[in-house]
Amino acid sequence: MLQAHTNSGGHILGNGFLAFIWAALMVCTAITVLVARVDLGFLNVVAALGVATAKALLVILFFMHLRYENSLLRWMVFMAFVILAICIGFTFFDLAWRP
Amino acid sequence: MHGNGTEDAGFWAPLGRGGLSSWIFSTDHKRIGLLYLALILAMFAAATVIGVVLRLKLMTPGNTLLGPQTYNALFTLHGVIMIFLVVIPSIPASFGNIIMPLQIGANDVSFPRLNLFSWWLYVLGAVLALVSIFTGSGAPDTGWTFYVPFSERTTTNVNVAVLAVFVLGFSSILTGLNFITTIHRLRAPGLTWNRLPLFVWSLYATAWIQVLATPILGITVLLIFAERVLHLGLFDPGRGGDPLLYQHLFWIYSHPAVYIMILPAMGVVSEIVPVFARKPIFGYKMIAFSSLAIAFAGSLVWAHHMFTSGMSDLAVLIFSFLTFVVAIPSAIKVFNWLSTLYKGSISVEPPLLYTLGFIFMFSVGGLTGLVLGSAGTDIHVHDTYFVVAHFHYVIFGGTGLGMFAAMHYWFPKVFGRGYDARRAAWAFWISFVGMNVLYMPMFVMGLQGMPRRYYDYLPQFARLQFVSTVGSWILVAGLTLMFGNLIAGIRNGRRVGANPWGAATLEWTLASPPPHHDFPQTPVVERGPYDFRGVSADD
Amino acid sequence: MTEMHKDYAAAKMGMWLFLFTEILLFGGLFLLYAAYRHRFVLAFHQAGQALDVVLGGANTVVLITSSLFVALSITALQQGRKVRCQWFLALTILMALVFLVNKYFEWSAKFSHGIYPGSEHLAQLPQGQALFYSLYFAMTGLHGIHVLLGAALLGVVMAFVARDRVRQDDYVLLENAGLYWHLVDLVWIYLFPLFYLIS
Ligand SMILES: [Cu+2]
Repeated sequence: MLQAHTNSGGHILGNGFLAFIWAALMVCTAITVLVARVDLGFLNVVAALGVATAKALLVILFFMHLRYENSLLRWMVFMAFVILAICIGFTFFDLAWRP
Repeated sequence: MHGNGTEDAGFWAPLGRGGLSSWIFSTDHKRIGLLYLALILAMFAAATVIGVVLRLKLMTPGNTLLGPQTYNALFTLHGVIMIFLVVIPSIPASFGNIIMPLQIGANDVSFPRLNLFSWWLYVLGAVLALVSIFTGSGAPDTGWTFYVPFSERTTTNVNVAVLAVFVLGFSSILTGLNFITTIHRLRAPGLTWNRLPLFVWSLYATAWIQVLATPILGITVLLIFAERVLHLGLFDPGRGGDPLLYQHLFWIYSHPAVYIMILPAMGVVSEIVPVFARKPIFGYKMIAFSSLAIAFAGSLVWAHHMFTSGMSDLAVLIFSFLTFVVAIPSAIKVFNWLSTLYKGSISVEPPLLYTLGFIFMFSVGGLTGLVLGSAGTDIHVHDTYFVVAHFHYVIFGGTGLGMFAAMHYWFPKVFGRGYDARRAAWAFWISFVGMNVLYMPMFVMGLQGMPRRYYDYLPQFARLQFVSTVGSWILVAGLTLMFGNLIAGIRNGRRVGANPWGAATLEWTLASPPPHHDFPQTPVVERGPYDFRGVSADD
Repeated sequence: MTEMHKDYAAAKMGMWLFLFTEILLFGGLFLLYAAYRHRFVLAFHQAGQALDVVLGGANTVVLITSSLFVALSITALQQGRKVRCQWFLALTILMALVFLVNKYFEWSAKFSHGIYPGSEHLAQLPQGQALFYSLYFAMTGLHGIHVLLGAALLGVVMAFVARDRVRQDDYVLLENAGLYWHLVDLVWIYLFPLFYLIS
């Protein structure tokens, strides 16, 4: 029972820092809404997904603490997204080249 | 010396109030594994009977024995039960649960209650599958692939069947999640990744596929359900939908799923070959790595099931090429097993016989898979008996024989008794002959153009269809002998010691059967899993 | 039976693995979205115009804020401030309910215009637009179910905190519930631009 009920060793994030991340997410939301109102053609999609990915990174790295986890867990998360990218990306070998 | 009484019964000894509830609510990995094994084998028996009935219908051309609709329902049932209730859970859920924690020196999996929950989900899935047969307007008749648009339009009870598949997928995911965590967190001190038994490596790779691929199946069958109930039109060509997208989604799971089926069997083979050749496995690192390589590369090739579907030519080219790439790690394994056997002091015990059967059948199935994976030849044999023969060689000849090898190898550990080795050998040879007589003619018929899933056939196929049906009888005779022999062994086999085969992995350091709480004290590992120096059989 | 010590790293790893399955579950739908958007670029633009950016944007703010609240509740419990933790959990659940009410109004507005899965009206729209709405209902619907499940999970954890089954020195359950909640947020972060901002 050596390690029974010890603290899970979690890294404690300060309230101020969390509020800062929240503010950053809000700013991103505002940006993506505003950019969508300008017609940039194809770049609109890129901008929308780019901002969404920036927001996703903020949530994953800080709210979900991944920044403070060991590298194994980070690799696992990375691989999960790689597999998702393969599923969607490889399907386009078909869809984008259909006669 | 082995006395009588409870001390020898190990984890079989009554626990708590005893009785059925001490099993179906047990969180002991050994008991859960056995619960799985019992149900999986029961399902296997049921689906085998259905298979034999199908063969009986196909023995002669024309409208015999069954009507066409019954025939469609039966081959669907055969496929759904065999794939989702037997082959996918087969080795991981049963022997993975029983043996893997023992092999890594742990006393259980990381989440024992989740493990029990996953078994109950399996039961729920099995019940739903049964319900789908007997309720609504007829048993599903879509084939196990549930292809749209037919699966959206058929009036048979597809709704309940896809829910069953969803639940079974969830069960499989939870097993995989549990295994990954267990293998990372609960290895005994000194059991580095380089000393991990190859069975554990194969389960690890399998578990990743279970976790990352199965959710795609989940959403796919949910979409069929949604299409049928809500009419979303997502796959309906009449409304702009693309039925090929269904096929993509289905095979994004179902191709990796064949590696869920075969990798654990390869792990079993990698355990058995060195033990009965009395030699360290050849190329340990290559075998371990190739499991991961197969798991990853296996997720890049799914559309080789769609060469004739109207997919783009570029996709045909790329997926055909990648399919050849994924054959490499499989071939590496076969070469390594053979190299291990080479100049070994081989003792041909039943586990090794089944293992050699695996290697032969898997090689035939794997090589004919390349005929299907190469786009040019696939055009000719697509959707013919050639495909049916190919996957029965891989899945029955591979996973099935791998499962039987595992049963004969770990039988003494689980039951503390032996079985009649001569009878086991006979059972093997009869099954082996039966399998080949059953499936080999299908290669020929496929090449000659016999389409799969057809109720009737041209007279030119009559002779080979007949031979194939005779093969199914031989196979059933062999299987009956095998199971009979094992059941006799459970009842009154000779008592065995801890390590009857002289194997070097950790499960053989425990009593047979192992006690409730596996390891009295945590083992410290100081050697590799196939280092037989100083290890010998104990009886 | 001796009680095994809790393996926090295992519990967290298990939760992340489960989150992967959720990501790939939605992944299948994102694949369909990508495919149909690729095929019906214009129709998706036109159909997207009918969605209310204000409602969608409000829900984005609500979910991101709820994510902040659940993170704050974890920090509070780590510091031993149990009541504060419970308050933040309550606020998170409240945000979840606000999201669902908002969604309810959004959907009923669509329904009253005859836009719902399998409706006559949808059948008369151009194919690409009908597919857009089918995806919209499938994806926001599945997401809504996850909001509901996540809120229920947080409710359970809140009860555990009250009974000290989750406490300062044993809070991995709260962390895992938080992870699940962040994932719900994460999915919405992509759904919002894909459906509301592509016009
Ligand atoms: Cu395949």
